[in-house]
Amino acid sequence: MSQTEEEKLIGEVTAKSYEFGFTTDIDSDTIPPGLNEGVIRTISAKKNEPEWLLKWRLEAFRLWSEMEEPEWAHVNYPKLDLQSISYYSAPKQKKEIASLDEVDPELLKTMEKLGISIEEQKRLSGVAVDFVMDSVSVATSFKEKLGELGVIFCSLGEAIQEHPELVRKYMGTVVPQRDNYYAALNSAVFTDGSFCYIPKGVRCPMELSTYFRINQAGTGQFERTLLIADEGSYVSYLEGCTAPQRDENQLHAAVVEIVSMDEAEVKYSTVQNWYPGDANGLGGVFNFVTKRGLCHRAAKISWTQVETGSAVTWKYPSCILKGDDSIGEFFSVAVTNNMQQADTGTKMIHIGKRTRSTIISKGISSGHSQNSYRGLVQIHPGAENARNFSVCDSLLMTDTCGAHTFPYIEVKNPTAQIEHEATTSKIGEDQIFYCQQRGIEEEEAIGLIVKGYAKDVLNKLPMEFAVEAQKLLTISLEGSVG
Amino acid sequence: MLKIKNLHAKVGDNEILKGLNLEVGPGEVHAIMGPNGSGKSTLASVLAGRESYEVTEGEVELDGVNLLDLDATERAREGVFLAFQYPIEIPGVSNLNFMKAAINGKRTHLGLEPIKPKDFLTKVKECSSLVELDGRLRDRSVNEGFSGGEKKRNEIFQMAMLDPKLAILDETDSGLDIDALRVVSKGVNKMRSKDRSFIVITHYQRLLEHIVPDFVHVLSEGKIVKSGGKELALELEEKGYDWLK
Repeated sequence: MSQTEEEKLIGEVTAKSYEFGFTTDIDSDTIPPGLNEGVIRTISAKKNEPEWLLKWRLEAFRLWSEMEEPEWAHVNYPKLDLQSISYYSAPKQKKEIASLDEVDPELLKTMEKLGISIEEQKRLSGVAVDFVMDSVSVATSFKEKLGELGVIFCSLGEAIQEHPELVRKYMGTVVPQRDNYYAALNSAVFTDGSFCYIPKGVRCPMELSTYFRINQAGTGQFERTLLIADEGSYVSYLEGCTAPQRDENQLHAAVVEIVSMDEAEVKYSTVQNWYPGDANGLGGVFNFVTKRGLCHRAAKISWTQVETGSAVTWKYPSCILKGDDSIGEFFSVAVTNNMQQADTGTKMIHIGKRTRSTIISKGISSGHSQNSYRGLVQIHPGAENARNFSVCDSLLMTDTCGAHTFPYIEVKNPTAQIEHEATTSKIGEDQIFYCQQRGIEEEEAIGLIVKGYAKDVLNKLPMEFAVEAQKLLTISLEGSVG
Repeated sequence: MLKIKNLHAKVGDNEILKGLNLEVGPGEVHAIMGPNGSGKSTLASVLAGRESYEVTEGEVELDGVNLLDLDATERAREGVFLAFQYPIEIPGVSNLNFMKAAINGKRTHLGLEPIKPKDFLTKVKECSSLVELDGRLRDRSVNEGFSGGEKKRNEIFQMAMLDPKLAILDETDSGLDIDALRVVSKGVNKMRSKDRSFIVITHYQRLLEHIVPDFVHVLSEGKIVKSGGKELALELEEKGYDWLK
């Protein structure tokens, strides 16, 4: 392809504006910007929280105040002014919702635009949706059916009111308040999120899914998800995000904690499409997320993620393989375009005997973006016969983007087996021409090639997500080859 | 059918085709032979519309349509098919999905509905039996892990699926053993019809024993220097190319 053609195509991508960039006009209850103890007390009071939780938040705030923002990631962005953010924003909709008629029509419209109207979701048997707009859950469905099995699936705020003993027992056990700068901040100011508990031996009959959406201009998002799979249970959890277009940067510092008890299995899938900023890197979401799971004996946690959005991503869904014979998996496709930066990967901490982990990471970089894989495989002295297999591949679409791999391997037990494979390739002009020669247009050819490249990961997604994820991949890379 | 007039083409600063003329009538099979570096594969790429080749002069018309105005995709949809000398691997994309995308691309271009799954499968069965391509290969990723012979069979399978007006075979015999050569040639011969023309590019007479051409042309230094009937191929086999210079 000639140079000018390349430039033209790159130009077309940059001209492609964010498809989900719209704003819902809903009357919100927002507290003034700024962060101090008083704000935390206000949040806790507004949410009518028990005393222990307020103390927990204040402890987190104290720890956070003494911490420094981390700078080791391969990303570059202007320092955030955390005092300019409002830490609480809830749609003014206090009463219980009995039917869709009572839901704010504006909200319904938003959901329709996202293609996830509750009506549609209700018809789609098997998907319960806990729709989070800004920080407060506004609609929860399929609750009854899950209730019969003893499955608890609700907003974290509700869980704090209804099941305080579970929340108190597990919250902070996998990601403690002091874990890192953003986790500490989240612990201090989180406003809501999702809670899920699967009782012993229960196989959750449907995919549980939560859609997040940042809605209030200048409002930080501090979701917190707590997922507990009790002994021998199984759950597949889906999390998807789209965010409206904004000029100023929005901070998203979420925490996800998973506890997988003896012989339990959790599949956690994410499609992340926060607003990535415009072609010049203006705006976009800063996605600084802490996700971690703890596996007890013979338990399993699989993280699957398709990351296409955000201006800056800093995210390492990890597994602590504490119990013997436990399994951790990480399957990731991360796409960066224009000026996006992603530093993402996983940590597999092998503590128990015969613990196994698999990492498959597929990076796709285009435009002037920077895409880094950062992974840690750590084998502790007691982890006899632990095994890890890692593949991290990078696909470059242009000559101006960057792909980086930072694999860390620490082995303190000689019986461990570690395999690591890495490749970097540029999308082939030959491949595109071959497709074109068969009558396939260039755009579609790129879509086909990229989907093929990412297939090993896309195949791990539940059906409901696979289609959406493929669509996102294609949208994110339209016209981007050089 | 196909009319090539005074075609000049270059890659970078290197002119490779230097005034090539060729007419291929409907249903005809033209073989193009010639020494290494004479421009045979360049001709194939230029006809298919590969962007790294720049046409500096000349005309190429297929059924009255000026191919040089069209990009590679549009030419394919107008009925130009190139069987690659080195078929490309596309990991993770199944052969059948690839063919479906190709067929539906062409159908959209013609203002038709996407092909019905049942019709598609019927077509797949017909075309794969043509080159004895078994189901295992059909379902695998495009050319990934295929042997040389399997790749060439897959090219002819794709040709049959796409039903082109003009099929260009670029050294389809290279890397084939005798059995595979026979299978591939049989497939091509079955596809010969009064509405379809072939340009067969080869080094060797061997292929032309199986796919018998109506005309043979010798390409040398970017021009056709001699044309004749199928007996010309035998003569070349005997004397080499040097006597033509």
